[in-house]
Formats: sequence, structure tokens, C-alpha cells
Amino acid sequence: MPTVSVKRDLLFQALGRTFTDEEFDELCFEFGLELDEITSEKDIISREQGDQKASEASDVVLYKIDVPANRYDLLCLEGLVRGLQVFKDKMEAPRYSRVNPLNGDPQRLIITGETASVRPHAVAAVLRNITFTPERYDSFIELQEKLHQNICRRRTLVAIGTHDLDTISGPFTYTAKAPDDIRFKPLNQNQEYSATQLMGFYKTDSHLRHYLHIIEDEPLYPVIYDSNGIVLSMPPIINGDHSKISVNTKNVFIECTATDLTKAKIVLDMIVTMFSEHCDQPFTVEEAEVVYPDGRMVTYPVCIYLCMLLRLCICTVLISSESIAQLLTRMCLKSEVTSDGAEIQVEIPPTRSDVIHACDIMEDAAMAYGFNNITRTTPRTYTVANQFPLNKLTELLRLDLATAGFTEALTFALCSQEDIADKLQKNLKDTKAVHISNPKTAEFQVARTTLLPGLLKTLAANRKMPLPLKLFEISDVVLRDESTDVGARNSRRLCAVYYNKTPGFEVIHGLLDRVMQLLEVKPGRNHGYYIQAAEDSTYFPGRCAEIFSHGKSIGRLGVLHPDVINSFELTMPCSALDIDIEPFL
Amino acid sequence: MRYTKLEVGFLNMADTGILESLLRLVDKVDGGIDSQVVASSLGVDHQVVVGAVKSVQALGEVIEAEQRSSKHWELTGEGQEIAEQGSHEARVFKAIPEEGLSQSQLMKLPSGKVGFSKAMSNKWIHLDKGHEGGPRVFRMVESIEDVVRKKLQQVQMGHSSQLEEKEKNELKKRKLLTEVTVKSYWITKGSNFSTIITKQETELTPEMIASGSWKEKKFKPYNFDAMGVAPDSGHLHPLMKVRTQFRQIFLEMGFTEMPTNNFIESSFWNFDSLFQPQQHPARDQHDTFFLSDPAVAHDFPQDYLERVKKVHSEGGYGSQGYKYDWKIEEAQKNILRTHTTAVSARMLYKLAQQEEFTPVKYFSIDRVFRNETLDATHLAEFHQIEGVVADYGLTLGDLMGVLHQFFTKLGITKLRFKPAYNPYTEPSMEVFSYHKGLNKWVEVGNSGVFRPEMLLPMGLPEGVSVIAWGLSLERPTMIKYGINNIRELVGHKVNLQMVYDSPVCRLDS
Repeated sequence: MPTVSVKRDLLFQALGRTFTDEEFDELCFEFGLELDEITSEKDIISREQGDQKASEASDVVLYKIDVPANRYDLLCLEGLVRGLQVFKDKMEAPRYSRVNPLNGDPQRLIITGETASVRPHAVAAVLRNITFTPERYDSFIELQEKLHQNICRRRTLVAIGTHDLDTISGPFTYTAKAPDDIRFKPLNQNQEYSATQLMGFYKTDSHLRHYLHIIEDEPLYPVIYDSNGIVLSMPPIINGDHSKISVNTKNVFIECTATDLTKAKIVLDMIVTMFSEHCDQPFTVEEAEVVYPDGRMVTYPVCIYLCMLLRLCICTVLISSESIAQLLTRMCLKSEVTSDGAEIQVEIPPTRSDVIHACDIMEDAAMAYGFNNITRTTPRTYTVANQFPLNKLTELLRLDLATAGFTEALTFALCSQEDIADKLQKNLKDTKAVHISNPKTAEFQVARTTLLPGLLKTLAANRKMPLPLKLFEISDVVLRDESTDVGARNSRRLCAVYYNKTPGFEVIHGLLDRVMQLLEVKPGRNHGYYIQAAEDSTYFPGRCAEIFSHGKSIGRLGVLHPDVINSFELTMPCSALDIDIEPFL
Repeated sequence: MRYTKLEVGFLNMADTGILESLLRLVDKVDGGIDSQVVASSLGVDHQVVVGAVKSVQALGEVIEAEQRSSKHWELTGEGQEIAEQGSHEARVFKAIPEEGLSQSQLMKLPSGKVGFSKAMSNKWIHLDKGHEGGPRVFRMVESIEDVVRKKLQQVQMGHSSQLEEKEKNELKKRKLLTEVTVKSYWITKGSNFSTIITKQETELTPEMIASGSWKEKKFKPYNFDAMGVAPDSGHLHPLMKVRTQFRQIFLEMGFTEMPTNNFIESSFWNFDSLFQPQQHPARDQHDTFFLSDPAVAHDFPQDYLERVKKVHSEGGYGSQGYKYDWKIEEAQKNILRTHTTAVSARMLYKLAQQEEFTPVKYFSIDRVFRNETLDATHLAEFHQIEGVVADYGLTLGDLMGVLHQFFTKLGITKLRFKPAYNPYTEPSMEVFSYHKGLNKWVEVGNSGVFRPEMLLPMGLPEGVSVIAWGLSLERPTMIKYGINNIRELVGHKVNLQMVYDSPVCRLDS
């Protein structure tokens, strides 16, 4: 969930009133926002770098507000204020419009075929006669950063470039070139670099190094030139210094290059709808033309109002359609009841890219109505409950194992390869384990194939407890299995250990007998259960037996091998029982 | 055993003699007697008398004993030797025959050095330095009186009071006497004083019941302040106890348990079927555990997969869709499921394949996995609790009503709902409950109505809505059992004492 940080006083000034922190928190709650933190630059610096560094920093109060991940229209002060003002009926939602330039010639961005392999899409628009202030300028930069981090997926899907249009001249060309063929002076630098040099130069840049991988290994890098060969930007890495914007910039050329065209359109719409507020003709944006390699020409920004018809039968709130239309209008979704009264016609503004279905509209209506004003009802759905048989058996056995004097452990399903192989003196290849490709540490290399390591680690962590220690766990292990759609399946196991000064094979054997008694399996060769000497490297030679029930092997029991005991940092003899309980369903 | 005093265990027939002798002595004196005096009069070690005092005390108010500490003089090892064999000077005197003894020979005697100088100063002997054949020692008096030995013998017999302080200090200086502090009892008659011991029984025995002798016996009182003996038992894990209660609540509400015994899931069922776009951050390497072996899943229901692909990339069912290039390769990637909702998706798909739709209420409580940064409240795996209801015409009010019933069973009655965002539910609501201790609203779960883009491609009828909610099992358990670090609750680093000591789980009280 993105967090937007805004200056409290500036926010209140824009909202036309002040709030107590509690009042503002309450307003956020209703609107689906969260006032996450009240802080200041000084607080933040002092917390991160110490009081001394903070002494010069500003102590203007900042509100950090959590915004839902799909509401890109609330990622800056301008959008936040607009949304809240309309919600509180303090203003009407503005009408955004796309206009022709006064001279009739729109800016043009020509895409060449070379971009296809690296970053094939681009869109553009112009904010004409905009007035920045230091606050607006900061907000403009911050919005781009927020969009980059969220909908743009750290610039992989979309990268935004904004330029002072008065320093460059169209038509612009979006092309891709070999890194050594691109040379320009990047933003805030004093000299020219080749693209190859730049990639090396930014390796150590704490901010930009995170984006280098997007194009680093490509033969051609994307680049945008103006008609005089001046580099506007090398997306998605850096803009040129020549066209950089400042507080004094009057006309802004915005280009978004992308691997996902839908997202590029949304991002462009967001920027222009948010900041056209500061243009001489508020809420208007000057269109630009994008020419594709095949000669096709499209005009951007999209900036259109979509119409949706809302059928009232799906409404979740039993109020009149007029009221619903009013509620929606408060959510910036201008709505009217159709002449026959059966439907509501809803206009989705370009700011509300999150609305893709009627259900999104209904949510807004419910929010405007207030979730907590909706009457709570009981569904009439009549059903009979059933337990999952495997879990039912597990619950019953757990209770009886505790009754038999064993204590329940709860261990992790993920562990290291060593835990299930080397430490148990088994070969990893024989374990049928599933392997994780991106573990952050060795603790998450594989899913466990037996519950035994978890229990032994539990013993090790509790060596100070009085002996004997008697533990059990009934839970799932994971095994590769070609017969399932994912190629793996869970297997429900019962594992128990007895840890004492004497091995206690008879104790663990007695537990097996008890479990079999509970499962109504009698001792016997054919239709009962029996144990038979077995070789198993985890166990002490001659002290291991395989357990058979109805002629099928269901697991093993025995005294653990001293090397296994050592590898789990234990010091006493230990016997164990490990069986599959699924055959007893 | 802990209910009766240990000393009584030592009471046997042989001791009874000492006890009665003690009581007779107490009976004879007026105003009480010191246990030291008792020891010397009975000729036994003082510790035996102390034991007897305690045994008698345990019988009730027979005697009263007040602890005192007194100082008394005792012989050192050397003092004892002197009391037996005489002082060094006396031994030197005795060693010298009529004709005298050469000084060098005398010095070789065990008492020689000390005895010589002391005997010299007592003027018992003299030294002839000029004697031919070297210096020689001769007796000066006929006989001597060994006063030092006599004094020490007096102390030994317990008559140290007959010596003067000066004399005792002199002997102390010679390291023959030492002053020791002795704890003793001042014994007086108690309210139930008697010189005859009636033995009190500690426990009722089968013999007493058979013979009826219990009627005549006196029984030692129990010490009810002691703790009982812990029963030898096994214990259930607290998180599992809470799981049992949540299962119980769902079953009471008529919910059927879903089969969630599949930790490995394909991205298709975990994300795509839930209308979670393929570029969604949750599908990132940083958030989800992907598998290298088996890396991909096969065998998807092909026509359903096509419908899912279409709704993501083109829209449909009244939706704009996400309009991006949906790739089967992304959907095939195997992962450790990030939520049990993957199982709900499989169950709802299965429900949609029924000939005729029937309403269902499902629940599950099982493990889910996140490749997250670990801290005191986050682990890479945790248990998700999930409830799902599918029926015609369910509303947001119904969802809030079900949640109200569910949380009431957890003892939480004050709920409010905050709009939220979740890719597969619309509306989405975070559930908050008022926490009296923290004096604020805290998030207790998430809920929502599944999106039509998720349900309709499955083939569920258009009028059917599905409401669902979820929460973690660990958080309520940590609150319930007052645990701050999740590692103390889940995993092998659990504190078994905590498991042994954890109370029963009643969530509504």
C-alpha cells in the first residue's frame, strides 16, 4: 500500500478548514485511507540519522497517509484534496478535457521500429501555461516517483519523462540505439557521457542502480531526441539535463515509454489530470500525436469519460436510485438515473482507472453511504457442516497422543536441505523433496519431507527442560508426485520422539501399539500391524523396524543413530516413531 | 508428601525414648530448659535433641520451643590433645630424667620447642649451658601441677563457667580454646503438655480402613499452603488449541471444511483464477516462494484457463479487464501458496461444475507461505483462517452480518469496517474491533465480495455472490496467550514450559 506524505497545514489550507488529528483520522477511515503516521522531516531525520543531523531540518508537521494500491488518483496532494472535497460535498468534480494547441499543431512523437525489441510503447501530452510554486513542483516530482514505484512496477512497465517544452523543439523521435551511439549530458551532471559509460556511472547511485537491469543486457537502448538531436531522455534510466524542468517552467512536455500500453495510458492520464489544475485554463490538457512505425497515428492523452450502466438489481444497499446517483457523484463518478428509472448511467472520469466493472461502482456507492451505516443482515443460506475427514482424524489423534503423555510441537514446514538429508544421514536425491528457487536463507530451501528434524530441533532448543522429553506432531510433509497437477502432494504424518538417558525403544513402541489400538488395527501379519527389523541410516544399526499395516509399509520406529543425535546438537539417546496416517482414513 | 512435615518421617520407636526423656526433663524444671542442658544431661549430641524438639513440635502443642543462640567454649584440636596427654610443658618435664637431658635431644621431642620455653618460664627446669658434651636440661622441682590440662579438662566437661574470663582468653590466645556460637532451644511446656508420646499418623492406610483403627488414630494436619504434585501428562500446543476453537466456531455456524492439504500450488490457482494480474507485486520474487523442482504445473481445465486469460487480457463479463498480455508461462509457475484462497478458488470452480448450483459455506485453517522479511510478528509461514459463503443474492450487509456472528463467538462484539483494496474482492473491507486495553480500533481481519471477473469465468451462475473473510491464527493466539515474539509460539524454538503451562482456550471469555 503506497504511503503519501503531505504537509498538514498545506493540506488543511487546500481543504479550507482545519481538523484535529482524530477528526482527520476519522475522515480517512470513511474514505478508505489510513492516517499512518504524524511526523516531520526533523523527526524522520533524527530517527534515521540521529538528532544532530536533524537540527537544521524542518519541523513542519507531515501526515503520512496510506492510499489503496489501485487509487493512483490519490497519490499527491492535488488528487487527495480533490477526492476529499468532492466526497464531503465541498466542490463538484472537475471536468477534464483534452484540447488542441492554439496554433493548431500538436506536438508529435514518432516511434521507430527499433524500439520494438526493448520498450515498444510511448504516449505523450503537454501541460500548457502551468504555474509551479515550490510546493507544486515538489508534488509534481513526488507524484512521478510514486507512480514509478507502484503502477509502473519500478519503471519496468512504464517510465515517465517530463521536459521544459520551451527548451526543445518537436517533432520528437523515440528510437533505440546501441549504447555506444547514445551520448548526452544526463540530468544534473556537467558533462556528456555515452550510454555505456552512464550504466557504469550509475552502478553506485543509490536510486538509479535499481533500474539499470531493465535495459542493461539489451543490444539497443531506448532514447528520445528532439528535432535538433537533443536527447530528452534515455528511458527508463534518466532524462537529459538540457530539457529539465524547474519551478519556472511554463510548458511541460510529458512522455511515457512502456512495455505495457494500458498502464502507460493510465499513468499519462494521472499526471495530466492531477496537474492541469495549475494551468491557465484549469483541467485542460494539450494533446500530442504519437506516430507508430506502421504509420498509424494516435492522439494522447486518452483522457476520456467512460459510460457504464448500473442495473439496480445488483445494488447491495436498499435505497433509492436517486440517492445512489448522488452518492456516486460524491465519489467523482457523475451519475444520473435513466429515464425509465431502472438504471443509473455512470460516467467514469479518466482519474478512476480502478473502476473496471459495475461492482467497483457499487463499492464507491457503499463507501459514500458509509459501510458502517449499512444494516447488518443474516444470510438465509442453509448448509450442513462437514469436517475434512483427514483433519477430523488428526484432531482425534492429537488429543489421544496428549492423553498418552506426549506434548505437541508445532514446527516449520520449510527447512534446509541439510535438515532432511545430511543431518539424518540420507541422500538428498532420495528424499523426493520439492525445492524452493528463491529462498532468502538456508532455512527455506525445501519443504520438509519428514517431521523428525523439526521435533529434534525442538528438543535441542529445550535441553534445559527435565527429562524425559516426549514430543509429537501430526502435520503435513510435502513430496514430489508426478500424478498431481502441480507435481507434488502433501502427506499427513504422525511423528513422536522420546528423549531420555535411556533410549526408551519400548516407550515409543508402546506408543505405536496405542496408536494402532486407537485406529482399531490389531497386531497380526495379514489384517493387522506388525514391525519388522529394517536397515535405515537415520537409526542405530539393529535398532530400527519398519511398520506394516494391512501388509503395507506405513513408517518406521527405532533408536536414532548417535551421529544423527550429534548433528542435531543433542546429547542423550532418543527413539522415534514416524508414520503416515492417511492409510487409516 | 509435601503436605506433612518431613521430620515426622524420622519418628520411629527408638526415637520415642529420647522424646519421652526430653519431656520428662521439661516436666521436672520450672520455667523451661535449654536444649544444650538437655543434651548434656542425657549424654547425647545436641543435634539429636534438636531433632527431638522438632519431632515433638510436630505433634501439636505439647511443648513450646524458642530458638536462642548462646556462646560457649570448646577445645580446639590441640586443646583436646592436651586434655588427654597433658600440656607441652608438663610433657617436657616428664621427659627429663634425673640425670637430665641434652638440649638438642629435648628439642627433637614433639612438644620440645613450646614445652621447653613454657617450662623454663614456670621455673620447672633449668639449662646448664656449660655442661660437658653440650647444653643440658635438668629438673628444678620435684613435681609439678599441670594447671593448663586441668582447666582444659574442666571446659571439656562443660564447666567452662568455673574458669575466669582471663584464664579462658589466655587459653584462647594459645589456640587451645575457641568460643563457638550455638543455636539452641529454650523449651517450655505447651498447652497440651504430656510426657507420653501419642504417635500421629500421616496418612490413612488400607489397613486402618480394614481394621477400623483410624477411629482411634490422631492424624497429622496437612499443610494446605503447599503446591500439589504436577500430574504426569502430555500437552497440546496453544496455537493448535486455538485452531481447534476456530474449527469449532465454523462448524457451529454450519461451515464445511475445505481440503487444504496442498502447500504447493500453481500461480494459476493462487493468482490468475483470482483475477490477480500477472504484474501484481504479490507475484514478485520478494513476496512469494517459487519452486525450482517441480517448477511448473500442468493439466489446467483448458476451457476455464482460456476464460481466465480472456478476462485478464481483454475483459468480459461486464469488465474492462486489465488489458495486458497474459502469459501461460506465468500461470504455470509453481509456488508455495500465499493464501488458502487458492483452495477456495479450486472449490468454487468445482462447485460451478455441478449440474445445479447449491449454496455452500466453506472454511479452512491452514498454513500459507510468504517470502517476507522476518521479525517479531512475521514468519515465512503462518496459518490463515478463511470463511467463504456462496449463494444467490448475498449482500454486503450479509457479509457484515456473518462477520458479526463470527466475531461475537470470539468475544468481539464491537466491529467497524473500513474500505480497502484487494485485487479479487470488490467491495473489500478491513475489519476493525475496538481494543479496550489499547483504547483504539485495531484491525482483526480482511473481508470482501469476490469479483465477478473471478466467479463468472468459473461458470458460477450470474446471480450468485460469494462473500469471504480471512485472518491469521497466530495474531489472536499471541494476544490470547500474551506472547510478544512469534518464535516463542511457532517453530522449534518454542518454550516447552509455555506449552506445558498454557491454559485451556475459550475464545469468548
